[in-house]
Amino acid sequence: MLKPRIIPCLDVNDGRVVKGVKFQNLRDAGCPVELAGHYQEQGADELVVLDVSATRQARLAMLETIEGVRKQLSIPLTVGGGVGSVEDAGRLLNAGADKVSINSAAVNNPDLVNEMSVRFGAQCTVVAIDAKRKTDAPDLWQVMTRSGTQGEGIDAVNWAAEAQRRGAGEILLTSFDRDGTRSGYDLELMSAVTTACALPVIASGGANSVEHMVEAFAHGAHAVLAASIFHDGNMTVGDVKQKLIEAGVNVRQ
Amino acid sequence: MIQIINTGVANIRSLQAAFDRLELPWNLTEDPALIRDASHVVLPGVGAYAAAAEAIDALDLRETIIDRLTDPAKSTLCICLGMQLLGTSSEESPGIRGLGVIDAQITRFGDGVQVPQLGWNNVVPDASCADTVYPAGEAYFANSFRLVEPPQGWNFATTDYDGQFVSSIWRGKTLACQFHPELSGDWGQELLQAWAS
Repeated sequence: MLKPRIIPCLDVNDGRVVKGVKFQNLRDAGCPVELAGHYQEQGADELVVLDVSATRQARLAMLETIEGVRKQLSIPLTVGGGVGSVEDAGRLLNAGADKVSINSAAVNNPDLVNEMSVRFGAQCTVVAIDAKRKTDAPDLWQVMTRSGTQGEGIDAVNWAAEAQRRGAGEILLTSFDRDGTRSGYDLELMSAVTTACALPVIASGGANSVEHMVEAFAHGAHAVLAASIFHDGNMTVGDVKQKLIEAGVNVRQ
Repeated sequence: MIQIINTGVANIRSLQAAFDRLELPWNLTEDPALIRDASHVVLPGVGAYAAAAEAIDALDLRETIIDRLTDPAKSTLCICLGMQLLGTSSEESPGIRGLGVIDAQITRFGDGVQVPQLGWNNVVPDASCADTVYPAGEAYFANSFRLVEPPQGWNFATTDYDGQFVSSIWRGKTLACQFHPELSGDWGQELLQAWAS
């Protein structure tokens, strides 16, 4: 059977890895190519690189970063951030990505999911969803776009199901409320999405311990994304996997 | 020199990067003479069955590739969709002819599992292939369709997803993998190195 995946995430701005809280207050966390190599050596199952930069200059630097990361990576590489068209996705694939994640552009133009899936295949088409609990209805989540600055009034769970119908191959599900807070993944969100949508779902936002990851897998996650937990050097991917094995999770050795 | 067949529909950056890390020179080609005579040829595959089969026909490479695959002295590696193209057809693209090197139809995973299969899974050589060098390992898969029955006259390895399916076959110097060796960590790199040497 498929193994639950551990995926370090690199948020890249202007050629450097950064980390923030609830998508704000970015601080420097290192060189993406170096970090990618370290995480692979430690046993990462996959790597996600998200372009969080806003300027065109930084976007071009991003392609060089992807090329540099690809050179040393013998595990899958997912790249996202600012992908607005099939052509954008093609540029990232040409630079060395294996999968492309789309977020705001897919919300604004859902046909982009279909177009990418037809052109590059479902296995390459990742729909990233930033979900925020509604203050007036806490068991519902709305889709946020533009790095979490814009509420879309769209139900996140329904959007995940629609992404599947349109040909997505995977969902990258980030809890906006938990991002960078170290208080654990939003498990209710994970359960709601994996019940409504049969695609593999990557849990993201809030991980601070192996227990958080065990919980996410128990609530239907196929993979867990984590950034701070690895960037801060408190635990390596290898440490995390060892503890997961002790907890009975069948990860890749 | 490894000749990678340029069907134009496959994302092959990861494969090229893997060969670069192993310091194995490669070249992207559509030239029938090169594909016929080269010591090592790769039929890559990411994308749709019909698009790949049509690309092979548009480049007039069908007979050249079939001849290679039936010559046990020539090293040929077929990856993912490249392996599926060895069959006669696929449920993915009804009515489209595969290469027909093995007498099998490629079918879709059942509804009981997530499709596509996306992630790491075990690859186990069949006990009948104990005399061949093919280490068991963990490999990265990204596929919705697969070969179920091992073809006559080939060695094979299996993987468990919606029951057992055939995740790799090999015969002479031909190796076909449903998984992506170029994305399967050290184990995959070693498999590529072994095939190329």
